[in-house]
Amino acid sequence: MLELKTVNAFYGKAHVLNDLSFTVGHGKVVALLGRNGAGKTTTMKSIMQMVQPRGGTVSYQGQDITGWAPHRVAKAGLGYVPEERRIFTQLTVLENLEVGRQPPREGCVTWTEEMLFELFPNLAERRGNRGKALSGGEQQMLTIARTLMGNPALVLLDEPSEGIAPVIVEQMAHVILKLKNEGLTVLLSEQNLHFAQAVADQVVIIESGTQKFAGSLADLQAHPEIRDAYLSV
Amino acid sequence: MGLFFAQLLTGLANAGALFMVASGLSLIFGVTRIVNFAHGSFYMLGAYVGYTLMQVLPGVVGFWGAVLLAGIIVGLIGVIVEICVLRPVYSAPELFQLVATFGVILVIQDLTLMIWGAEDLLGPRAPGLKGIVRIMDEPVPQYDLALIAITPFVAFALWYLITKTRVGILVRAATQDREMVGALGVNQSWLFTGVFFLGCALAGLGGAVQLPKGGADLLMDFNILTSVFVVVVIGGMGSLPGAYLAAVIISVLNVFGVSYMPKSTLVLMFLVMVVVLMFRPFGLFGREEVAGEHGQVGEPERPIKPAGLKIRLLVAAALVLLGLIPVMGSNFAVVLVTDILIFCLFAASLQFMLGMGGLVSFGHAAFFGGGAYVAALFVTYAHTPMELALILAPLGAGLAAVLIGWVCLRSTGVYFAMLTLAFAQLLWSLVFQWGDITGGDDGLVNIWPSAWASSNMVFFYLTLVICAGGILLLRHAAHSPFGYALRAARDSSRQAEAMGINTKRIQWVAFAFAGAMAGVAGGLFVFSKGSVFPNELEIARSFDALIVVFLGGVKTLSGGWVGGASFEATKDYLTRFEYWRLALGLLIIAVVILAPEGIVGSLRKLGERTGILNNAEDKR
Ligand SMILES: Nc1ncnc2c1ncn2[C@@H]1O[C@H](COP(=O)(O)OP(=O)(O)OP(=O)(O)O)[C@@H](O)[C@H]1O
Ligand SMILES: [Mg+2]
Repeated sequence: MLELKTVNAFYGKAHVLNDLSFTVGHGKVVALLGRNGAGKTTTMKSIMQMVQPRGGTVSYQGQDITGWAPHRVAKAGLGYVPEERRIFTQLTVLENLEVGRQPPREGCVTWTEEMLFELFPNLAERRGNRGKALSGGEQQMLTIARTLMGNPALVLLDEPSEGIAPVIVEQMAHVILKLKNEGLTVLLSEQNLHFAQAVADQVVIIESGTQKFAGSLADLQAHPEIRDAYLSV
Repeated sequence: MGLFFAQLLTGLANAGALFMVASGLSLIFGVTRIVNFAHGSFYMLGAYVGYTLMQVLPGVVGFWGAVLLAGIIVGLIGVIVEICVLRPVYSAPELFQLVATFGVILVIQDLTLMIWGAEDLLGPRAPGLKGIVRIMDEPVPQYDLALIAITPFVAFALWYLITKTRVGILVRAATQDREMVGALGVNQSWLFTGVFFLGCALAGLGGAVQLPKGGADLLMDFNILTSVFVVVVIGGMGSLPGAYLAAVIISVLNVFGVSYMPKSTLVLMFLVMVVVLMFRPFGLFGREEVAGEHGQVGEPERPIKPAGLKIRLLVAAALVLLGLIPVMGSNFAVVLVTDILIFCLFAASLQFMLGMGGLVSFGHAAFFGGGAYVAALFVTYAHTPMELALILAPLGAGLAAVLIGWVCLRSTGVYFAMLTLAFAQLLWSLVFQWGDITGGDDGLVNIWPSAWASSNMVFFYLTLVICAGGILLLRHAAHSPFGYALRAARDSSRQAEAMGINTKRIQWVAFAFAGAMAGVAGGLFVFSKGSVFPNELEIARSFDALIVVFLGGVKTLSGGWVGGASFEATKDYLTRFEYWRLALGLLIIAVVILAPEGIVGSLRKLGERTGILNNAEDKR
């Protein structure tokens, strides 16, 4: 469904991603693992073309999307949930959802506000509140809900468990599995294995922008030395 | 009491057009982060287009139809400008778009002159609203009452659009984080174009609706720009209620000013603004705005290094060549190069503060003109000799910069920029309205150099020495620890603070220093011309310097004087033609689009590509 081929990315002169190549299969949940500064966020942004790769290609459903404008990538069915949340703090919860709204997409769930409030009950009570009045966990839910309003086929989740309370992390894992059940494909980034283990089918590990491992969760469990070398457990 | 009330009504009526223009400006800024200097030009176009339409369309329906149509037509012109001029430069370095909008001002000025001629047009009166009403025995034009009634509807419609519709939600979201809006599947280009249409249409509407009161003339663009900036600053960038309230305050104040303190109307407006900003640095309803907040695009800046031997030799050779001009060239060339040198120093002083300090000033002419007037006043009233006047000019300008800097530096970003512009206008209006002392519009004349420097040749050498010395001094300051601290304060003020740098004080010193250097240029200017007029303090002067710095290259040290020399020489050449503004405007736009790194930056790239210059970083 999504395929990266020798993707290279730079910030100015700093070479941040080095020949990244992996695929994300339809209906799978793939975890992109790596330490702080490994290049996870940059990988996500390179897929969205918010950072334009210099070298390599990103293709989605067989179509080369490298060089597209980010809004076109989003329209094609990729939903991006940024790490820093970036909700619109001056807008209400409902207005935030409105920004994400896109026409229904064939073969994908067509989300409505009510369905999202069912998925994230905390948001339902706060629909009229401004973004800035939400807690960290609620903001995280809102970013996911906002992206789902675009009825994406594939969701890029950048560190969904970062900086939120353990109870909510559990809720997040639950949501991701639910999305998988609805037929969505998910690429999520994580720093530690625990969360990923709970939801992922496949794992990609990067370190300093270089790919160190790609395989199934079971493969990784068979090689604890890889885990110990590249991940903080 | 009756008179008081009638004046209040006049003020409210005047607020209408001002509100429309100001809300358009702040809408455009909110989404695109562009301070649209050309906004006054769209207002002017609205008046002219509306005038023409009113000649053709008859009756009441025709009148109001013309007003609406003028808005739509001006909005469409705005779309053309956005697509042809601004789209290619959205990815250019921060604030570079400013220069493009300035080019647009020049183009629109000349096109308007071509189409409608130089004569002021008397606006037609609104059919059915030609009479007056007596309120408490005072005559109030019916049209004023109509305007008072209409403005809230426009404000309400706008408010509804922004708060209740999907488009409005997208606009507000983009105001905060446009990259994210793009990542959610919204085509930003069309959002930008749409906002530009709306903003320009509002300006056009404002221009057309004030026709029966003010008519149309070619000075409207700059005249409204100051008030609009003041309104936007007082109300808070991006706030509709703020714009409305501020427009009312300013308009009412103006009406009362005219009748009770006719000499200080302009000053009054700025005083109110300063007072508001002292207590609310981001306006009544505004939030902190950083110009180009999400706009850090383009290559990272190169480290500034002292000129290499090659460059030094080149500069020395150029100076020698300049020194030969009086020997080789004509008298005309001597005078022209004197002008250019003075302008280069002026531009270099702004470059220092803008490039090194990140302090974008829209009103640097305050110190150039300020220095000029200080020298001229001393010569006129105290018969000060030239030598002393040339020292007093930078002192006076520097002192003004200390005071103005103290107030302006309480704000940051666009607010800072607008404040500097407002202060420049304040000085301008002081000089303009205080005719007894400053000569007002007639300026101060007969200020000539001392006998020994009275020949063009000697004065040329004096200018060369002072200007080249001044530019070298600015360079030297940039390389000194002070320059490093200044750049640290610009790039990450928090870290600089943590390192024990008092960023505000550093910026204040830089502001004063740049002001004093502009004062040096101003002092020289007076003696080279023998006179000074208020237009040396005008917005257009400040903009000249800004254009030059951006065209020269903000992120280079030599951008100021290189840009200054090219600009002044080009302008001197072009002003011989009737429609020189059109040519200059198009040229500016072309440079902005073709050389987004400025002249120096682009030349340096070219030099590196062809191997004439070597790139120190690649050699590592
Ligand atoms: N805007 C930027 N400009 C320059 N360098 C950047 C920028 N963003 C990230 N980097 C650098 O690129 C590298 C990869 O960063 P990235 O944000 O992709 O890592 P990450 O794996 O997402 O880290 P984290 O777990 O902290 O989110 C880091 O070394 C970082 O310092
Ligand atoms: Mg990250």
